Amino acid sequence: MSAGALFRYTLALADDALILGHRLSEWIGHAPLLEEELALGNIALDLIGEARALYAYAGTLDGKGRDEDGLAYRRDADGFRNLLLVEQPNGDFALTIARQVLYSALMHPFWRALAGSRDETLAAIAAKAEKESAYHLRHAGEWLIRLGDGTEESHRRAQDAVDELWPYTGEMFATDAATEALVAEGIAVDVARLRPEWEKTVADLLARATLTRPADGWMQEGGRHGHHSEHLGHLLAEMQYLQRAYPGAVW
Amino acid sequence: MYTQGLLDAKPGETAPEDTDRLARFQARIDAEEKIEPNDWMPAGYRRTLIRMISQHAHSEIVGMLPEGNWITRAPSLRRKAALLAKVQDEGGHGLYLYAAAETLGISREEMVEQLLTGKAKYSSIFNYPSLSWADIGAIGWLVDGAAIMNQIPLCRCSYGPYARAMIRICKEESFHQRQGFEIMLTLCRGTAEQKAMAQDALNRWWWPSLMMFGPSDKESQHSDTSLRWKIKRFSNDELRQKFVDATVPQGHFLGLSFPDPDLRYDDASGHWLFGAIDWSEFRRVLAGHGPCNHQRMKQRREAHDEGAWVRQAALAYARKQAKEKAA
Amino acid sequence: MSEQNLPLWEVFLRARNGLAHKHVGSVHAGDAAMALQAARDVYTRRGEGLSLWVVPSTAITASDPAEKDMLFEPTASKIYRHPTFYKVPDGVGDM
Repeated sequence: MSAGALFRYTLALADDALILGHRLSEWIGHAPLLEEELALGNIALDLIGEARALYAYAGTLDGKGRDEDGLAYRRDADGFRNLLLVEQPNGDFALTIARQVLYSALMHPFWRALAGSRDETLAAIAAKAEKESAYHLRHAGEWLIRLGDGTEESHRRAQDAVDELWPYTGEMFATDAATEALVAEGIAVDVARLRPEWEKTVADLLARATLTRPADGWMQEGGRHGHHSEHLGHLLAEMQYLQRAYPGAVW
Repeated sequence: MYTQGLLDAKPGETAPEDTDRLARFQARIDAEEKIEPNDWMPAGYRRTLIRMISQHAHSEIVGMLPEGNWITRAPSLRRKAALLAKVQDEGGHGLYLYAAAETLGISREEMVEQLLTGKAKYSSIFNYPSLSWADIGAIGWLVDGAAIMNQIPLCRCSYGPYARAMIRICKEESFHQRQGFEIMLTLCRGTAEQKAMAQDALNRWWWPSLMMFGPSDKESQHSDTSLRWKIKRFSNDELRQKFVDATVPQGHFLGLSFPDPDLRYDDASGHWLFGAIDWSEFRRVLAGHGPCNHQRMKQRREAHDEGAWVRQAALAYARKQAKEKAA
Repeated sequence: MSEQNLPLWEVFLRARNGLAHKHVGSVHAGDAAMALQAARDVYTRRGEGLSLWVVPSTAITASDPAEKDMLFEPTASKIYRHPTFYKVPDGVGDM
């Protein structure tokens, strides 16, 4: 097994969690109701916690001695391996909820599967994350239903959100040779096998939300290779600014 | 805490036929009994508490904004998580307090409308801008420090739901001030630029923190009823002096200086004596002319307005479900 | 800006080693499922909870404090319902 492959695999999962956690934290002070400030904050904290655990592990794998902050704050956009889905701007509440549903509908079975990994560290992280993602999926799913089957306006916004994000879903199931090798070793998860469950979860929620599943067409991709949307650069410029402006300082 | 400077219960508001009940009510207060939501209470007591609790809640909500301003720029993952948790706690505190106020017969929507139309006040401290990461340290150290001074006595407020909310808040509060002080300590032990950042933050937040305790007792009217009804437990000046005595040594430990040339230790009294507060600034900011008043209210108004369709959707869905169940 | 309020729900929480649900506060939510989630998000952030109940505030009927004497005084004076009324001889052990 190549330590480099395990490093990149772990890094991708960490980047997904951090970027999505960061996006959710942008809602603080702007949420549609006070209870939701707390709910979105909880999800963001869960994701940042997952990211920290994954970065800490990743840092031990590539021999460069980088800790969680070295990885999070001192890589440029082309070094990030997160899905394009999670770096999309929050948009309105419907877009944020739709993004969460699409992501968590995959991550819940994903963490469940990874909890059986032969890599003990990943398995332990996954066991905790599985419980967290179950709640994220429930929370976002219940909101998607209420937005879809709420008022005409909320229905329109929810459908627009699902339509807009659909092209980013294909990337979630893409794989490469290095990951397949890790799968063969019992370390990584074969995401293709999770697709039917994801499809069913999403289809059920869309139906209860009276929303239409968009047709599968051309899918966006590139995040896993460091080719991101224009949004990531702005996100990182904001997130990393203090570390970049005061190199070497301890915070 | 955020209520210390905002109380103004008007005396003599009770209708004559209630004087007997008023006497029994006062006896319960004097015996340290808790007043609960359905108990008889003077109109002035109810009105004062609604105003005090709702303004406390508003302060927590608006208080999320200067700190929330730095979540996306927090300079480490640990700081990011801690700041997010702290701001989320503040939202939670606001929620507990709105819930306590609702037991007195006002709805959350009414209270939110009072805030957004400028009818209700909130603590003046949150009308100042958070300009650097060091401000996050200063806010935790000074503003939360000042809040804690008043919160503990409020846990013994005569009104049960408010006292219970305060107990819950106090339990959660302990890490807030410590987090702020630790940030200041890290900066003061860091690079010259970081230390300068910390000193600049203290320079800007010190006087507004002192103003948080409200006008001097000599100027503060109507405090008597609040003290008699055990809504307010200490005077403004008492708490302010307590805060100064606790905080000045902490600042010196950090290696920082205070922006007050008159600050000196008085051996006779054992207190740190401080210079004159600019009360015209306090009145100006409270009246709406501080650096961030307009910006804070604009952000809250936008969040509320943009969230309306979400709340309407939730209600519409619930109604549809109820209809289906009934059918 | 008059808008229909989201209904109010009272929240009861039984802590990890607790014996009974305690009233901890309230939340606003459109329906029971969301009220339960809100209660979990607001009142169990420090691992306090094992069981949550949410009840529409309108469903609660409370005793009238003015009738405290009538409702509760008679029972307070019936001391034979209290264990301290009864003397247990030494040597019988704990009871």
